[in-house]
Amino acid sequence: MNKYLVNLTINDIPVSVPEGTTILDAAKNLDFRIPTLCHHEDLCVAGNCRVCVVEQIGGKALTAACATPVSEGMQIHTNSALVRTARKTIIELLLSEHNSDCTKCYKNGNCELQSLAHEYRVGDHVFIDLVGTRKRVIDNLSPSIIKDDSKCIRCQRCVRTCSELQGVSALAVANKGDHMKISTFFDRPLVEVVCTNCGQCVNRCPVGALVEKTYVEEVWDAINNPNVHVVVQTAPAVRVAIGEELGYDAGERLTGKMVTALKRLGFDSVLDTDFTADLTILEEGTELLTRLKRALVDKDTTVALPMTTSCSPGWIKFIEHTFPEFLPNVSTCKSPQQMFGALAKTYYAQKKGLKAQDICVVSIMPCTAKKYEANRPEMRSSGYKDVNYVLTTRELGMMIKQAGINFQNLEDSHYDSIMGESTGAAVIFGATGGVMEAALRTVYEVVTGREVPFTNLNIVPVRGMEGVKEAKVKIEGCLPEWSFLEGIEVSCAVAHSLVNARDVMQAVKDGRAHYHFIEVMACPGGCLGGGGQPIPTNNEIRNKRAAAIYEEDAGLPLRKSHENPEVKMIYEEFLGAPNSHKSHALLHTHYIPRKRY
Amino acid sequence: MADVQQIINDATKVYGKERKALMPILQAVVKEKNYLDDQDMISIAKALDLSAAEVFGTASFYTFLDTVPRGKFVIRVCKTISCHMAGKDAIIQAIEQLLKIKIGETTVDKQFTLLTANCLGWCHKGPVMLINDEVFPELTSQKAVEIITKYRGE
Amino acid sequence: METTKLKRVDIIFAMEGIDPIKVVESTIKKDPDTIILEMIDSGLKGRGGAGFPTGLKWKFTRNEDSYDKYVICNADEGEPGTFKDREILDRVPEKVFAGLAICGYTIGAREGFIYLRGEYNFLLPKLNEKLVAFNAGMKKIGLDFTIQMRSGSGAYICGEESALFESMEGKRGEPRNKPPYPTVSGYLGKPTAINNVETLVYAFMISRIGVEKFKEFGTKDSRGSKVFSISGDTPKAGIHELELGMTVQQLVEEFGDGDTKAVQVGGASGGCVPRKLFKDTIIGYEGIPTGGSMMLFNSQRSMYNVLHDYLEFFTEESCGQCTPCRVGCQQLLKGIEAVKRGEKSPSYLDDLKKLARTMKVAAKCGLGQSVANPFVSIVTNFKEEIIY
Repeated sequence: MNKYLVNLTINDIPVSVPEGTTILDAAKNLDFRIPTLCHHEDLCVAGNCRVCVVEQIGGKALTAACATPVSEGMQIHTNSALVRTARKTIIELLLSEHNSDCTKCYKNGNCELQSLAHEYRVGDHVFIDLVGTRKRVIDNLSPSIIKDDSKCIRCQRCVRTCSELQGVSALAVANKGDHMKISTFFDRPLVEVVCTNCGQCVNRCPVGALVEKTYVEEVWDAINNPNVHVVVQTAPAVRVAIGEELGYDAGERLTGKMVTALKRLGFDSVLDTDFTADLTILEEGTELLTRLKRALVDKDTTVALPMTTSCSPGWIKFIEHTFPEFLPNVSTCKSPQQMFGALAKTYYAQKKGLKAQDICVVSIMPCTAKKYEANRPEMRSSGYKDVNYVLTTRELGMMIKQAGINFQNLEDSHYDSIMGESTGAAVIFGATGGVMEAALRTVYEVVTGREVPFTNLNIVPVRGMEGVKEAKVKIEGCLPEWSFLEGIEVSCAVAHSLVNARDVMQAVKDGRAHYHFIEVMACPGGCLGGGGQPIPTNNEIRNKRAAAIYEEDAGLPLRKSHENPEVKMIYEEFLGAPNSHKSHALLHTHYIPRKRY
Repeated sequence: MADVQQIINDATKVYGKERKALMPILQAVVKEKNYLDDQDMISIAKALDLSAAEVFGTASFYTFLDTVPRGKFVIRVCKTISCHMAGKDAIIQAIEQLLKIKIGETTVDKQFTLLTANCLGWCHKGPVMLINDEVFPELTSQKAVEIITKYRGE
Repeated sequence: METTKLKRVDIIFAMEGIDPIKVVESTIKKDPDTIILEMIDSGLKGRGGAGFPTGLKWKFTRNEDSYDKYVICNADEGEPGTFKDREILDRVPEKVFAGLAICGYTIGAREGFIYLRGEYNFLLPKLNEKLVAFNAGMKKIGLDFTIQMRSGSGAYICGEESALFESMEGKRGEPRNKPPYPTVSGYLGKPTAINNVETLVYAFMISRIGVEKFKEFGTKDSRGSKVFSISGDTPKAGIHELELGMTVQQLVEEFGDGDTKAVQVGGASGGCVPRKLFKDTIIGYEGIPTGGSMMLFNSQRSMYNVLHDYLEFFTEESCGQCTPCRVGCQQLLKGIEAVKRGEKSPSYLDDLKKLARTMKVAAKCGLGQSVANPFVSIVTNFKEEIIY
């Protein structure tokens, strides 16, 4: 669509911007930053914090820059006396109902309200403290997320995130006036409602009202306990984002430095979730082929297709609540994190001559839902809690800083062995479409004996930030044992953000869409945009992290999961074959229908 | 008491199953039982394909859509300026004495809940109260007691 | 200075010889553009308080290119001190319906709604009954237009037009960002003309009695008459239709109890006029525009209590979404309490006035913006009463 240019002045400087541009963005063009709190570029405009008010010459009142489109001849002042007074007053008002216990706050140093208070040098509190007059309620029952209303500034970013990006609306605005607050259904704890623990709200909360539950101290304790062998695993998306916690621009690939840092932190063994990501492909690929065979050859009408992926614990919780009738369609494979935990306390323990009870498995995840997943009662295949503690990328950054490690000067090092080897196919698990691409690389080759027919193995149609991506791969020239697939066009869908997953599942439910295989990641952009990733995360940053992930893949010598030598080894030495009895015992799980309301 | 599910079904027939039907449905349930409990809201959320939290969030915005148990008769005494000037405090006191409850409370027999309300729109004839939908302007303490006593008989 | 007597008017409630459906029938013989020109010419401005020219509102809505358009009657009369719309809907509902129908015809809407505040639910049975007949009447005269009732449920803010749309859409009544304005994007995102109850009756009566007759009343900036809700310390509390353009002094002479020290013009969100300003304050668009609430206070009244009541009202009735209003109201309320108790020095009132002025320019909607009106006027004119 052709857009007209609109002419206006901002702080007396003329600027022309396309029609529909907000004052906020027009100012950005002129390098004037207007402060915001409720605004987030992933979300719809709210215009409720009012921190971004600007003066429009001739206007009766100030204007919210985030919510107001430019108009011809507008004269805007972003820093007039009236604006400054109003802005400072608004910050003071927010502080008066905000628990400003900053030095003890988890978000100390990464709080947007704190930064604004600092920027405007809000001194003596002018207004009466309203926090003390209210009962402080902290919901810390969830293993993933802590909600502390005393810190909430009611910007509603979390509410918009939960509804617009995730289609969950576990959080909503309740009451009005001075009682207005962000609430779950009847203010129940997050563990008792439809919350998927995705942590997208945590990633967007400008203050410390929604934060991850941290296990950093527990992990330090384990490291410092000489009787415990602490194994750490790192998810694919952490290596392209950890830099943002440590002074790098978004999109730096820092796998080697990260491994060195983890060793310096004192972990006994630094291993890779990518190893079990490769393993997942073999297990899940086999499961898919088995389902297809049962459907096509055995004409078994009970087989559940399309099959969906199961790596994303936010997605699992979502489908358990929202489409429980589709639980048989979800791959029974555990997520790579949980496969790793189960194997660390069995296979790894055996090989290293350790007892399972003496091993502590720590995961570094871009995710808050992984904390919940590790706590699920099903996740004890080793006889113990398979994964002891889950830390987010942010928490790892915290540990590195606490240990005084000068990250930028670190040498690269390699993951330890065993369970440290991986391929490019595992790395791309961190991006939306990655599991699909990795699965297709392996499944196609297993079935035809030839590489998947995409240039350089890059299955471009499933890459990128489109909410729902579709791809069709025609299978031709099958090996004899797979001849039943000859000529079949495998139809795939990839969805990220639960709101898109919901659309896809609804289409399947209504019979509007027919797929064989669906990949779902709960978070926008996949794990690289996970709730546990550095703050801020936005579209630009997600794209940079994705680019880094695909660079990492392209640079690796092995790019197909079935070529991972350690994966071959574990099947020979321990598991037997994909979907074997032992695999099922350790690497597969089941799901629980949950209440939708 | 009518089945809430039935009320929801009837209302969706008139107002549809889109979100815009939410207020009439909430109002219909409240008209029947004077408040909404969690199960009511869950049923409504299901009928309109909304999250339960959204239904709760919307209901809790509106003063008349109570989300805590209320009596059969909800008394709302206007507390805004004109009624204040005209003596709403005495009216409230008289009702509190009569029903042996304080503002915000419900009688043990679950017949009456006493609440205050913001301006009811009878500033020239205050003090005024609503009992459910019925309005009683130009109150005196004695009149208020008589009216409530009459309701008690019902 | 000599003051003249107030001029009483009888337009709104007059029913003699008026058949609303017939008036609609004859009005829709005119071209919509002609009706709009008449409305603009009449100078009729919104009687809810904001005073936007009705003809322009209709014109803007008509100009929008949309198959679906709506006309809504805002009967969410929640402003403390205002009760005229209830009286109008009770006594002459058919004139309101007819006003909606004329507006609907003019802008090209096939559906009209009356959003009635929950506090007036007792009017519903009667209104619904009369609506059935009216809707049938519209069918009979060949106008594709039906009116439905919608109810509020106790939320003052829903009188704000965009909050009202949100409420009708099944949401929390939180005001929207503007632009876009309702004439472009209102109920369900469609062009919507939303008018106050009284405005619709005047619009109807302009069709009936003609523009010239209407223009005989009022002043250049404030054409016509207005229904006033008179309350407080007055022996003549009630509804009075008066010509616009009078001074507060004239009003007090007519309605006061001889001891009036202040008049709150426009309800809780309006301004408080102290005795010394009675003579110079015109009630109308050239002075204080108002939805018609006139609350009289005599010297026995504590203006602290008055202000306290107002602030409590706003603290509770703010939708809570925007910072200046949600937190500002609480701070103003707790602030005057603290000054009264001596916990804050009297000079804190100046900080609070500054806060109120910020609310006036920075709040998202009219509610938060207007809290400054009572606050600044009462604190400025009755400072001693607030402190001591």
